[in-house]
Amino acid sequence: MKTEIKTKKTKSGLVAWIDDRFPLSSFITNHLREYYAPKNFNFWYYFGALALLTLVLQLITGLLLTMHYKPDAELAFGSVEYIMRDVSFGWLIRYMHSTGASLFFVVIYLHMFKALIYGSYKNPRELLWLFGVAIFLCLMGEAFFGYLLPWGQMSYWGAQVIVNLFSAIPFVGPDLSEWLRGDYLVSDATLNRFFAFHVIALPLALFGLVFLHLVALHEVGSNNPDGVEIKKNVDKKTNIPLDGIPFHPYYTVKDLIGVSVFLLVFALIVFYLPEMGGYFLEANNFIPADPLKTPAHIAPVWYFTPYYSILRAVPPILNSQFPGVAAMGLSVIAFAFLPWLDRSKVKSIRYKGNLFKRWIGLFVVSFLVLGYLGTVPSTVWGQFSNAIPLIGGVDKATVVARIFTITYFLFFVLMPYYSKKDKTKPVPSRVSY
Amino acid sequence: MGNRLDDKIDKKKRSFLIAATTVTGVIGAGVITVPFLSSMTPSERAKAAGAPVEVDLSKIEAGAMITTEWRGQPVWIINRSQAMLDDLKKNDSDLSDPHLDVVSQQPSYCKNPTRSLKPNLLVLVGICTHLGCSPTAKLQTQGDMGENWNGGFFCPCHGSKFDLAGRVYKGSPAPINLVVPPHKYINENTLLIGEDNEG
Repeated sequence: MKTEIKTKKTKSGLVAWIDDRFPLSSFITNHLREYYAPKNFNFWYYFGALALLTLVLQLITGLLLTMHYKPDAELAFGSVEYIMRDVSFGWLIRYMHSTGASLFFVVIYLHMFKALIYGSYKNPRELLWLFGVAIFLCLMGEAFFGYLLPWGQMSYWGAQVIVNLFSAIPFVGPDLSEWLRGDYLVSDATLNRFFAFHVIALPLALFGLVFLHLVALHEVGSNNPDGVEIKKNVDKKTNIPLDGIPFHPYYTVKDLIGVSVFLLVFALIVFYLPEMGGYFLEANNFIPADPLKTPAHIAPVWYFTPYYSILRAVPPILNSQFPGVAAMGLSVIAFAFLPWLDRSKVKSIRYKGNLFKRWIGLFVVSFLVLGYLGTVPSTVWGQFSNAIPLIGGVDKATVVARIFTITYFLFFVLMPYYSKKDKTKPVPSRVSY
Repeated sequence: MGNRLDDKIDKKKRSFLIAATTVTGVIGAGVITVPFLSSMTPSERAKAAGAPVEVDLSKIEAGAMITTEWRGQPVWIINRSQAMLDDLKKNDSDLSDPHLDVVSQQPSYCKNPTRSLKPNLLVLVGICTHLGCSPTAKLQTQGDMGENWNGGFFCPCHGSKFDLAGRVYKGSPAPINLVVPPHKYINENTLLIGEDNEG
């Protein structure tokens, strides 16, 4: 605080004029120059900054697309083709936006994985984590609403399926999905409001949540690969954490390297693989929406496929599809409970025992297998022979999806048990490299 | 009044005013959500778009189907051959609700073994009861649906199977049979979908 007053007095001119009216210098001091982050950040700590970069890229490209796109069932598909063919650099801006959407999820999933292995959701970072989960949910909504806008076959039937998920909710379901669509089926009214959600409501919510996420982060400080609280070891005179280094210039420079590599990958995809073999932009979405005909194989974009697999894997119970829908919802919401499910004494995987490591491994495998199965039809591996009891005649892929759905949930449900039983190693008082 | 600074604070009055203001504000905010939320329900134009549709049946050969549109949804009209009708009974043991008991998915005049007014002509809303995809017609017994297939529909989204009366097979994610919409015959070859003699 003393240094602040000093700088205010010595500075003059424009900065001083602003500082008397707005906390410009003190903000830069508190959040960049003298914001101390642990000095042992590794590769995994790139993805927060990259997520912020992607958000800004999506905002800029999205704004430019909005200037040419028409949210009208008659015009939408044509206006996207118009952007691709006639708008100057329209193809680039659209591919940046579609690639950005997929890479946003790549970055966010890696960012979440970092939190998972280093226990960054644990005390005192529970709220930081909850804001993060809320951002993830918002992002899923943003991606879903945005995916309807090109008004292709996959857009249309994807929206039809997801909106109908709400119909499965007991009692209020059918009215709720009709209210969401604004019509008895996905139509112009639905497209128009999804556009409104995509360009106004959710981006605002996202920005608000990102702000809260950062406020919470700067209140508690970053975790690190050792899970050591650097604020516990401070220089007695200056009160600066011994294991901390100023965010600027150390981590701004580090993040610049990450940004460079990220943009290189980003550019390679935008210029050479914008459809990513049908994973980023699906082939069926180059056919205009047809309410009378569902494409032969429909699947969501890759970042939703693990949850979609879970939806498909759960059979209807008592003539209701609600259990499948509920399981899918739970599979996403489950992340929010991690701070209270993990009873381990240590944060980082470096000091956790084999039991916990195996469960994380199993969870990652479950997530990836479910993700793969969600991209293919459930008949992909054929059926079990009728001679086998119980599973005879059932699609092999469905059985595998059911097994991994169970392990996916067991990771969360059993966590209070195995995290407590796990034999942890002693945590050092200072960070290591 | 005297010096205002010397006045005692009437805490009772203050808390009453705070409570009254809060209640009024909350009621006001609550009331305004009604028009906000109802603006998102189907508009009058969307409601009016559900007019009945006439269909000419003269061109559907036995064993073939046509697709028409009613309320923006696909409606199938299948002219089942005698062999197809004979096969319907074979399916009963593999179906979730062969006798149409569980949930009413057809008008009362179609609650019969063929689920239709005229035995051969089946009218169905071509929307899967699972999550609203439009199933693909697999009318023939031969094909990629396995050996015991007696013809029907297969939903590409989540693999639900239906027979040639729109009844759902056991093990499908779809919980109930396909919907038979209200319909009636205006004359021998003209069908009206969306209106019947009961309504």
